[in-house]
Amino acid sequence: MKSPVANSASAQVQGLARFNPFSRRLSPQNNAWRWLFWAGVSILILWVLAPIGLLIINAISTPAQVNGWPKSIAPGIHTDTLMFFWNYNGVISALINSILAAVFTMIIAILLGAPAGYALARFVFRGMTTYKMIIVMSRAFPMPLLALPLAVIFIQVGIDDSLIGLAFVHATLALPFSVLITSSLFMGIPVELEEAAWTMGCDRWQAFRKVVLPLAAPGIAASAVFAFVISWNEVFASAILTVQNRTLTAFLVQSLAESPAEIKFAGGLVLVVPALLFLFAIRKYLFSMWGISNR
Amino acid sequence: MNNSKWLPYYLIAPSALFMALFFLYPFLQIFAEAFLNSNGEVSLGNFSQVINDFNFMPALKNTLLLTAVVVPVQLVMAIGMALMVSKMNKGRDNILYIWTIPLGISDLAAGIIWLAILEQFGFLNSFLHAVSLIDGPAAWLNYQHPIALFFAVAVAEIWRGTAILLVILVSGLGLIPKEYEEAGKIFGANYWQRLWKITLPLLRPSIQSALILRTLLALEVFAVVMMLGGTDMPVLMSETFNWQFSYRDTGAASAYAVLIMAVSVLITGFYVKVLNVPKEARG
Repeated sequence: MKSPVANSASAQVQGLARFNPFSRRLSPQNNAWRWLFWAGVSILILWVLAPIGLLIINAISTPAQVNGWPKSIAPGIHTDTLMFFWNYNGVISALINSILAAVFTMIIAILLGAPAGYALARFVFRGMTTYKMIIVMSRAFPMPLLALPLAVIFIQVGIDDSLIGLAFVHATLALPFSVLITSSLFMGIPVELEEAAWTMGCDRWQAFRKVVLPLAAPGIAASAVFAFVISWNEVFASAILTVQNRTLTAFLVQSLAESPAEIKFAGGLVLVVPALLFLFAIRKYLFSMWGISNR
Repeated sequence: MNNSKWLPYYLIAPSALFMALFFLYPFLQIFAEAFLNSNGEVSLGNFSQVINDFNFMPALKNTLLLTAVVVPVQLVMAIGMALMVSKMNKGRDNILYIWTIPLGISDLAAGIIWLAILEQFGFLNSFLHAVSLIDGPAAWLNYQHPIALFFAVAVAEIWRGTAILLVILVSGLGLIPKEYEEAGKIFGANYWQRLWKITLPLLRPSIQSALILRTLLALEVFAVVMMLGGTDMPVLMSETFNWQFSYRDTGAASAYAVLIMAVSVLITGFYVKVLNVPKEARG
């Protein structure tokens, strides 16, 4: 089911599509422009995709091919490099740690962010503008730097080098997004639906759970996935805060000097693939996430 | 309902408390670490230590230069791409998805991707060899070729960071009522006139927020540089990382953090002033 937010976005899409100079007349000049237009589009598609393709080629080469010269763009499909990576000391625990930190981040961001999003969507209250401004502004703040003092504080409270400590930092990155995304979601669900449920005897919580939540669930899931990706991709705070229990990004940065090239390329592929799959799954929400950043 | 008045406060309280605890408190703590010496006295010792370090000026210069090169290129590319998207019917969603793919790629992975292309045995050198421009592997990504290294990092950053601008600008274009452009058409303005006189001025709020966000992210460039240049190209974030992780000096690292924040605030102020958006144009 499409959420109302997605509907209004696709209405915008149609509005944009309606205005198309190339569909008017087909004079030779228009044809030339059209050709140029699609050539530009293709070049930009290639510019985005080709580098990822080359990384994939490297990751499915043999280690000898990775370090060989000159490189071929069709080395055949081998799993040697990926198996070498998989069996490399510390990789599996780093992968598990990355997933755990991302799941913790996701849970914190949604549990704390969704109620705040609901409050912003449904109520007008004193301090609302201040709260909203802090949330919007904090997205521009270099959050990973907070890892520096927190490294000291975490030692004092005994959660140094822990994934939950890291998730707290990642959640400061993800929480503002989940508040803004969920608030735009809840705004897209008519309040009349809730009021109807109240008149039928539901209390506020029941109305929320039975009427609003099912409608908002896909969007909430999307913002959870976004929080996951934020944590999965974060490098600086991870590398500062995890030493023994390091995440995949921390592992790759900290062992930069001593690890062989094939570890980097296989690790790069392992980092990229889940993030891309997740973003593909939530792609239709991407614009409601960033669109509101203009407000 | 009786509790209605307090309900919104209950709802935002957990997130507000969390942000106070893990954002506000460490934020203040950074300043404490930076401005206090080991005896707990106020001093600028950390700053003079950091600024007199031989890597400080190169790090500052590299970061600012990189930002100055990368952000304008990204802005022009993103505006071009957003305008192209607005002219598409068929395939719009798929092309937009492909163009925003780098949004999901971490700076570390982007560094690795471009390492595969630009390293000594990489695809670029192999290609140059195939068209007989070079004889054998040539190492570009080291301190002996600072300009090549700089542009390698710049290309990787442009590749990775343009998507965020594109998303903000595409949603900004969607907010502009079609009537303005249609009116321009009726009055006989051609495409470029409409672009310069109607679309871009109306897009200014989006351009401003996109520029601020992207510039601040550019000042935080870290993993791309670590991957491509290692220690051969110092930037502000990698120096912060080294002071904390390699030299175990949180005071000096915090001094770096304060400097990064100060530069961020200065640049944001600059944008807000230069790209002054009239109040009624704010979304």
